[in-house]
Amino acid sequence: MIRVGVFVCWCGSNIAGTVDVGKVAEEAARIPGVVHVEQNKYTCSDPGQDSIRKAIKEHRLDRVVVAACSPRMHENTFRKCAASAGLNPYLVEMANIREHCSWVHSDMSVSTPKAVDIVRRAVAKVKRCVPLHPSTIPVEKRALVIGGGIAGIQAALDIAEAGYDVTVVEREPTIGGRMAQLDKTFPTLDCSSCILTPKMVDAASHPGIRILTYAEVEEISGYVGNFEVRVRKRARSVDEARCTACGICILKCPTSRDSEFNMGLGTRKAIYMPFPQAVPNKPTIDREICRHFTAGKCGICQKVCPSGAVDFSQEDQVLTEKFGAVVAATGATQFSVEVYGEYGYGRYPDVITGLELERLISSTGPTDGKIRRPSDGKIPKTVVFIKCVGSRDENKGYPYCSKACCMYTAKHAILLKEKIPSASAYVFYMDVRAGGKDYEEFYKRSQEMGTRYVRGRVSRIYPLDGKLIVQGEDTLLGERVEVEADLVVLAAAMVPQPDAPEMARKLGISYNQYGFFSEAHPKLRPVETNTAGVFLAGTCQGPKDIPETVAQASAAAAKVISLFAKSELSTNPNVASVDESLCSGCLWCSNVCPYKAIEEKIITERAGKETVTRTVASVNTGLCQGCGACTVACRDGAMNLLGFTNEQILAEVEALCL
Amino acid sequence: MGYAYYPGCSLHGTAKEYDMSSRACLDFLGIQYRELPDWSCCGASSAHSVDHTLAVSLPARNLTLAEQMNLPLMTPCAACYSRLRGAHHALRSDPGLAKKVLTVLGSEYKGRYEPLSILDVLYQYGPEAVGEKVTKKLKELRVACYYGCLLLRPPDYAKFDDPENPGKMERLVETTGASAVDWPHRTECCGASLSLSDTKLVVSLATSIVDMAVRHGAECIVTACPMCQANLDMRQRGRTKLPVYYVTELLGLAFGLEPKRLGLTTHMVNAISLLRAKQLA
Repeated sequence: MIRVGVFVCWCGSNIAGTVDVGKVAEEAARIPGVVHVEQNKYTCSDPGQDSIRKAIKEHRLDRVVVAACSPRMHENTFRKCAASAGLNPYLVEMANIREHCSWVHSDMSVSTPKAVDIVRRAVAKVKRCVPLHPSTIPVEKRALVIGGGIAGIQAALDIAEAGYDVTVVEREPTIGGRMAQLDKTFPTLDCSSCILTPKMVDAASHPGIRILTYAEVEEISGYVGNFEVRVRKRARSVDEARCTACGICILKCPTSRDSEFNMGLGTRKAIYMPFPQAVPNKPTIDREICRHFTAGKCGICQKVCPSGAVDFSQEDQVLTEKFGAVVAATGATQFSVEVYGEYGYGRYPDVITGLELERLISSTGPTDGKIRRPSDGKIPKTVVFIKCVGSRDENKGYPYCSKACCMYTAKHAILLKEKIPSASAYVFYMDVRAGGKDYEEFYKRSQEMGTRYVRGRVSRIYPLDGKLIVQGEDTLLGERVEVEADLVVLAAAMVPQPDAPEMARKLGISYNQYGFFSEAHPKLRPVETNTAGVFLAGTCQGPKDIPETVAQASAAAAKVISLFAKSELSTNPNVASVDESLCSGCLWCSNVCPYKAIEEKIITERAGKETVTRTVASVNTGLCQGCGACTVACRDGAMNLLGFTNEQILAEVEALCL
Repeated sequence: MGYAYYPGCSLHGTAKEYDMSSRACLDFLGIQYRELPDWSCCGASSAHSVDHTLAVSLPARNLTLAEQMNLPLMTPCAACYSRLRGAHHALRSDPGLAKKVLTVLGSEYKGRYEPLSILDVLYQYGPEAVGEKVTKKLKELRVACYYGCLLLRPPDYAKFDDPENPGKMERLVETTGASAVDWPHRTECCGASLSLSDTKLVVSLATSIVDMAVRHGAECIVTACPMCQANLDMRQRGRTKLPVYYVTELLGLAFGLEPKRLGLTTHMVNAISLLRAKQLA
């Protein structure tokens, strides 16, 4: 005899405000099999959970339905609660009368009967639930960090400090990422290199950290604790062990192109180091432009290298390794500001982006730290900054706030005044968002130094007699503004890497409408993803400044460390299961499985007097993520998802529709 | 094949020379067109800011007439172009509105053809092909191409060219041998909609546009909008006065057509003397 207990939650006024909870409880008591019904203000609270435990014992309940919120919110809470009262946790079912009911209705006469239906559905299902038991899998205690910017470096250092091996894969020839391009950092104006390069060196020299630069992750398979990762380490054409980084090859190389590190404001050679402090401090040959590779000529670098390190025959290396956890720290890039035709970026050389200005301010930049405008190298006297270029703009860019631009623009204005005291700075803004420790004070400081903040958008920029005429509107004064500027700096939004969706597919994680990776829960699980064992750090998850990036990277590292602290993991028992007696061995299920979790298996069985051999599907429960695609594809009805069997789902449908 | 030709009210009045020169160019190039029989107001006057259904129904009537002729509708006037494109866009994207308009007009508009500007038609003919027909090169004529607003905005539907950095008119003008100057005020507002209600403002706008063209070495302005032409022609008060041509007038000249047939004698700022000085007329 099945004995179901139903616990209807008020969720304060979240549910009780629009659903007649008393009525739901009354109706629930009439459902066959239900022997006990209770209401609670907050079922998830300690007294709420206690009442479930008590009821299980007192009323000898063997099934529990909690009519409350989404299972994504608290299913685990109530499973644990049932388990602590001795009930198998998979005999608990959630009836979501909050997200699916009270939150989307305002009329109680509609929402109450609907809530009753939802409870009836859950009871029908829970009656067909059977105890399930997780199994355990071993954990490979090595972490993979994808991306060697400040997020990846921080995460790697923290994990390695806890005693676990880390591999960092970076696709550029050096680690350092965007932060390496910056001059100074807000709000304290400490120099970016001075705080970043020691960390780069720490990472490179840490015995627990291995850095693979000029390398990319090609494929990730497996599951939490047991990822198998294929990495392609591109040929550098320089033997890192032999090279002494003397730099003569770079000096003598005859071919050059725009430097990516300097945002195209300077050039670099075909054999190059992105910047002098690069880690590893070894040059790389860019085979796209190297004359040896494009024309079969040259080879000067090889001739001049005193240690014989240049190796044109070097080939890509493909490594396949096992990792227990992955941290995605793949970063972000800049919005393509050409979209704003009215600003003329690309047509007028003195309209530049914030990152380009960073290179002009930086002492390692193309102008040795003197702010000179690109067109004629003159020192600018009037500089206009335009904020929200590509952000907070649904028409031409993205609707989100890029978050770091208000502060870096304030920083740029301050640095401009420090380098060129007579210069005047105008900032066109929509709002100034300076939420953060010491941020408002920093913004104030830029104002006190004489930066003129103009609230309004710029409508047009055009060149006239060597100046840039910036036309805009001051919406506070309600007047047109015209500034004769020497230099215009666009605060370009942070946008996802163009290949972020591809990386998300490799990682098996989801991403939002823009391409930023999605965290498992925006508030409570900010660094986890919906794929166990994959964590997020930095701007690949959304626009961030450096403090926030570093905090998130350390949080991701903490998650990895707590995963590695366990010797084995228990698996989710909601996996697919084959009824071999029904399976015809067509293996359609294997075709649709996104996790490659279904293999074919040969079984031998007695059929009458004969022994026959036939093929059936077999599920690798370690790989199966319980998506259920196979159960739909199975034409024999042999495939079932435990916890969501065909029988259970049909019972739910019947309860709702009949 | 060919086009249904929609002159609109301007081309029967203040912009008569635009009508004359458009027809002359189309005839010369052998482009087939028929004036839309029984055409009516496009709604560019005050209707479009008073009543949305009326604003769509007025141009929709003309669009429907053209569709019944199985011809795409083409107009030289930028304001008509804007209204026709706007209605086409609204009717195709808003089924509720389409239903309302159907009850007004009594016949359905399917939206098979995009409404076109005469510049689109010349582009479909091909700038190279236009260039091949040029018999009299307008050499050494420095031209400032002026787009104004209605050809380019709002870019959702009135997108003849890149709204911020257009270049199609320049390409057409350069086929005549004239050189198009690079100047910034190509898409500034000329203020035509305030021409009568706030003339002082409009004079300053028009003057600043013409002055900017002068500053960049232009000897004349070329436009494809009767409002821009009339406004710049009448309201400029700068030291140097520039003649303001329709693009079809310049093309017609380059095709060797008679200035009088193109309506060049009807301008406010003398449009002939510059051409005489350059020995182009």
